[in-house]
Amino acid sequence: MATDYATLKKGGWMRQKQKNNFSLRVRVVGGNLTATQLAKIAEVADKYGEGYAHLTSRQSVEIPFIKLENVEDVKAALAEGGVEPGVCGPRVRTITACQGEAVCPSGCIDTYALAKELDDRYFARELPHKFKFGVTGCQNNCLKAEENDVGIKGAIKVKWLEDKCIGCGLCAKTCRKGAIKVENKKVIFDESQCNFCGRCYKSCPTDAWEDTHGYIVSFGGLFGNNINKGETIIPFIEDKQKLLDICDAAITFFAENANPGERFKYTIDRIGRDVFAKKITEVYNG
Amino acid sequence: MAEEFKIDDTIDITDVVCPTTFVKAKVALEELEEGQILSIRLNDGEPVQNVPRSIKEEGHEILKLDDNQDGTFTLIVKKVGD
Ligand code: HEM
Ligand code: SF4
Ligand code: SF4
Ligand code: SF4
Repeated sequence: MATDYATLKKGGWMRQKQKNNFSLRVRVVGGNLTATQLAKIAEVADKYGEGYAHLTSRQSVEIPFIKLENVEDVKAALAEGGVEPGVCGPRVRTITACQGEAVCPSGCIDTYALAKELDDRYFARELPHKFKFGVTGCQNNCLKAEENDVGIKGAIKVKWLEDKCIGCGLCAKTCRKGAIKVENKKVIFDESQCNFCGRCYKSCPTDAWEDTHGYIVSFGGLFGNNINKGETIIPFIEDKQKLLDICDAAITFFAENANPGERFKYTIDRIGRDVFAKKITEVYNG
Repeated sequence: MAEEFKIDDTIDITDVVCPTTFVKAKVALEELEEGQILSIRLNDGEPVQNVPRSIKEEGHEILKLDDNQDGTFTLIVKKVGD
């Protein structure tokens, strides 16, 4: 069988320092694998690898020490368990996510559903360089949104409902931003201090906060040889379609402007932060 | 304190930590009849931030929470359902 290294690389086969050995990266979405997938990965690691798997820093699984001559057999075996190879190289990489609202009491959005949607939309898209999305469910930021090229953070915009409030003061206690004061059983809410964490809404024993769930997005994060915290350019995004439009605009800006091998952050810097901010703001307001 | 409510039972959960706090409150509520009112004394910090919400999620109605200014709070709950 002829070896097509380009195809191998595209398909998540990471060439090891040991000749003719590959560490196979599998496709994972939002950090979840089914029991069936895990069992198949275990079986393949035993049969074709060295009996172990490696968990990568971005929620993927690699099976090291797959031999070149077994590539096709391994692909076929994994397919039986619903496991596909992942990607490396200049493309949209694994979409990462924390457990989010579906499981975590602090979650503000369904991170897995969103990761899946982003995966369907963008996974493996060819670009001038690697491009990473990460989705975290709330301000606790377990998934570290800002280290991604596009980081998405779940958020809740709150509004106080006076008629339901019993003036207990719990919201003011749980707010970490000092945005709430309760004086004489009345809430005084300083929206300018609010970071949309939703803790007041979650702590209130009488549902006296109206909750609008949405997203905060950051752009240009890097966490390798150079480190840059992704920047939030636009405010709270309420609508999911709007969020997807903004992701489209960001990835299009990168595709059209980046030099080969240039990360998003440096494209934004070279073309001009204000040029990029203008584009994104137009979509936000559009 | 709580003069506007007729208190049917009172418990003190300042001697236990989470999650026992909630368990104690839940047991006390189970012994009440629908519509009766329980007064709960609880500590500042984790208990006051978690217990009221957990009781509410069980379906009961939170009527009042008072800061006793001594590191404890008094929570007034009306039992809903059996
Ligand atoms: C589904 C519900 C819950 C989840 C997912 C959850 C999750 C967690 C996690 C992940 C930790 C570890 C934090 C760390 O590593 O520092 C923790 C600690 C803790 N949780 Fe929960 N928790 C839940 C409900 C509760 C409830 C209802 C209470 C009490 C009313 C409670 C009381 C505590 C306490 C006291 C600790 C600290 C334990 C220690 O530091 O030794 N948790 N919880
Ligand atoms: S970021 Fe928030 S929602 Fe996600 S796991 Fe952490 S606490 Fe839960
Ligand atoms: S959402 Fe968070 S930061 Fe905003 S007021 Fe509520 S607790 Fe404070
Ligand atoms: S937690 Fe709810 S009931 Fe208590 S003061 Fe805040 S808004 Fe009012």
